[in-house]
Amino acid sequence: MDKKRYKDLVSVYTPKENKLYNIMKSFLIGGFLGIIGQFLIDLYITYFDVPNKEAGTYMIITLIFIGSLFTAIGFFDKAVSFAKAGLIVPITGFAHAMTSSALEYKREGFVTGIGSNIFKLSGSVILYGVVSAYVFGIIRFIFLGG
Amino acid sequence: MIYVNAFIFSGVVCVIGQIILDNTRWTPGHVTSLFVVSGALLDVFAIYDKFVIWAGGGALVPITSFGHLLIHGALEKAEEFSLLGLSMGMFDLTASGIISAIIIAFVLAIIFKPKH
Repeated sequence: MDKKRYKDLVSVYTPKENKLYNIMKSFLIGGFLGIIGQFLIDLYITYFDVPNKEAGTYMIITLIFIGSLFTAIGFFDKAVSFAKAGLIVPITGFAHAMTSSALEYKREGFVTGIGSNIFKLSGSVILYGVVSAYVFGIIRFIFLGG
Repeated sequence: MIYVNAFIFSGVVCVIGQIILDNTRWTPGHVTSLFVVSGALLDVFAIYDKFVIWAGGGALVPITSFGHLLIHGALEKAEEFSLLGLSMGMFDLTASGIISAIIIAFVLAIIFKPKH
């Protein structure tokens, strides 16, 4: 079978994704997570007397915990296949990447399994975050004065 | 009103990610990396700061805020220690998030069994 015929065959059987429906879902779920974020900040400030500046940090930790827990009980993957970017782009996606790679490589042992693979998916976020923040930080510090 | 802004901002960022995922061969890893870099880039001219004021928690939830917090931690220390401060303060604001993600992921990986 030549390549072109193969490609045509594959494209017939690949399920067509409704892009507009995907966009709608990710907008609603991503936006909903944004509301939860703001709600948690207000909750911590009002009822737990957390200073404004730290409330955002507590909110991020809460979302990381929820994302990791849902990943561990196996619910997150089903939710992602429905919500797509609505759950990947928020900080829950970062927690999911870390927990799922830790779980997946657990059977290979603590050091060669969990230890060397926990950053497998989330490492690129940290790497490119640090490199870009460093470069842009130098630019802003030198040319714009901090 | 800030709840409406939070909904719109977080939703729009996720939609941009979804459009990239649907129309390119990029994986979620590519998209999150791009968003962290954009978050840092938007703060060269303090644009993301305005988003945080406008949308509150809605601007802190997407992964773009990670880049925003990295560059701000670095710049805060840079005021005191000049260029060396950039590397001293890089993780100042994000450390709590990264550390808790590591601890939580490790503990949960010990407790739970992988599901396939």
